[in-house]
Amino acid sequence: MGLIEAIILSVLAASTPLLLAATGELVTERSGVLNLGVEGMMIVGAACGFGGAWLSGSIIVGALCGMVAGILMSLIFALMALGLAVNQVATGLALTILGIGLSGLIGAGFVGERITPAPHLHIPGLSDIPLAGRILFGEDGFVYLSIALVVGVWWFLYRTRAGLILRACGDNHVSAHALGYPVLRIRLYAVMFGGACAGLAGAYLPLAYTPFFIPGMTAGRGWIALALTVFASWRPARLVVGAYLFGAVTILQLHAQGAGIGIPSQFMSSLPYLATIIVLVLLSRARTGGSTAPAALGTVFVPDR
Amino acid sequence: MQLVLEKRAERSATIALISPLIAIGLTIATLCIVFAVLGKNPIAALAVYFIDPLTDGYSLQEIAVKATPLVMIAIGLSLCYLANAWNIGAEGQFLIGAVAGSWLAVKTQGTDAGHWVLPAMLVLGAAAGALYALIPAICKVRFGASEILTSLMLVYVADLLLDYLVRGPWRDPQGFNFPTTAEFDPVATVPTLIEGGRLHLGSIIALFVVAAGAVLLGRTIKGFEIRVVGAAPRAARFGGFNANQLVLLTFAISGALAGLAGIIEVAGPVGHLQPGISPGYGFTAIIVAFLGRLNPIGILIAGLFLALTFIGGEQAQIAMKIPLDVTKVFQGILLFYVLACDSLILYRFRLISSSPKVQSGAH
Repeated sequence: MGLIEAIILSVLAASTPLLLAATGELVTERSGVLNLGVEGMMIVGAACGFGGAWLSGSIIVGALCGMVAGILMSLIFALMALGLAVNQVATGLALTILGIGLSGLIGAGFVGERITPAPHLHIPGLSDIPLAGRILFGEDGFVYLSIALVVGVWWFLYRTRAGLILRACGDNHVSAHALGYPVLRIRLYAVMFGGACAGLAGAYLPLAYTPFFIPGMTAGRGWIALALTVFASWRPARLVVGAYLFGAVTILQLHAQGAGIGIPSQFMSSLPYLATIIVLVLLSRARTGGSTAPAALGTVFVPDR
Repeated sequence: MQLVLEKRAERSATIALISPLIAIGLTIATLCIVFAVLGKNPIAALAVYFIDPLTDGYSLQEIAVKATPLVMIAIGLSLCYLANAWNIGAEGQFLIGAVAGSWLAVKTQGTDAGHWVLPAMLVLGAAAGALYALIPAICKVRFGASEILTSLMLVYVADLLLDYLVRGPWRDPQGFNFPTTAEFDPVATVPTLIEGGRLHLGSIIALFVVAAGAVLLGRTIKGFEIRVVGAAPRAARFGGFNANQLVLLTFAISGALAGLAGIIEVAGPVGHLQPGISPGYGFTAIIVAFLGRLNPIGILIAGLFLALTFIGGEQAQIAMKIPLDVTKVFQGILLFYVLACDSLILYRFRLISSSPKVQSGAH
């Protein structure tokens, strides 16, 4: 396997959890809800996903466990932010703090255990084509799933009536409410979808990326996913570009460290975080003609009866 | 059955006062369930968590030591949150303050530098924390970049910088390759208040910070501006208050306080710079700020309470083999309940039983 091929494969693997989590958050934010708890939902998804796979011996069961865990976490958020009209920023932070603690409790029994990571697709003939074969036809299932998910979300948001209503809730919940749409229920579904995606993204890490669980293994990926939705201007297609760019930064700094160039590893490791800041600044600056964010993003909605 | 929120005509003052207590009560009830699930006797565990640390002098000092950074950081954060500026990177500002102050301690090590070293370290720590906090503030004010995300990203950067310094240039040559600086000289160390005890001068500084915060918020125009900008941005604009300037100001103050807390922690209880100097003070301080209702006196009490959970958690781990993560779960649940109870100040919760058909028609 050539170096280029290896790099592209690892970029795809590093990008997939970002893409999964960011796609879920994009739908949540499009409905007008800012859930800052992505990191917390991811890390609980990672712990439950690994636990499920380790106990059952099945990657699919593990992935489902991660998704269910993510949904349960998102329901706590929904109860608070939608049901009790609590500030969404503070609730999201609380969810992350809770998630980090919970994942430590859940994962304590699994630390040090290993599983067989998710198998990679192999189509005889196609997967053996030099260079492109492994990249196109030799990934693990999550990579294909993440791309299918983005396409599905794009289709849903822009090509279905339900997607239009969801976007309407995110842009003007008062009008959507006046038209008779159940704003809070739609937002609940969007938050749950975001939770499922974040849980799955978290589960990807111990199921496919590294075959073991360590506490804190999400290492800020949930926050980077949040930044990606801004980067993408809340559009699915740009999300793909952003996720792969960030995956590439992550992998390139790893390879640079491996190549033994004279820069301390800590500086290289800080690149994805610095890149996030720079991207946020550049993008926010470029947008002089008003924000592209959903207009009602992060605002509390209490229906009057 | 359906839960419906009804806006109160005015904020309920009674609930504003008792809501933190309701939240703590609910959290302890939930904690009992967690203990039971872990197979521990809830009553015994609660006693180890919340009563035992209050019964001996050493633990009491340790609570004050842990509360010191929490209170200092939370006072700064409360200013930000009152002004509706979301600094969630206090952990990073804490670490940068520790790093900047330690620089002087490392450089003057073994020299005959006088008693100016410690004050200079504290100033350096506060200044570095303020500058570090100004990065996300400037990114927000100048470019409109979300301060939530940028301030948080800088936590990871600060963590990595500290890690690099103690593994690289500042590593103690006699330290058996452990990632740590040498112990600071006595002139670079925060003095303890009791001979042989743990309580140190930083706790007094924290009390000053509480008093200063109370004066700033309650007695000055700037404090008034901070509260108006957060509570009623439109009114603040009509009043001619400069919201951007207040974002910069509150970020700088909270960064300075977090940085000061960082260098005090390193030059005080820890005594040298090493990774893991903070068990998440910067994040726990967010909970302290909200539990204290963004009020300086409230924050002092909330800081002591959360410090108690740190100490209780350690003792529960030793005495009953209860995992340390229970403390984090406890803190997370506590923040949820605090926020939920705060909603009671503005809204009445009503459970309405009605046929869903009528309800969906009304929506």
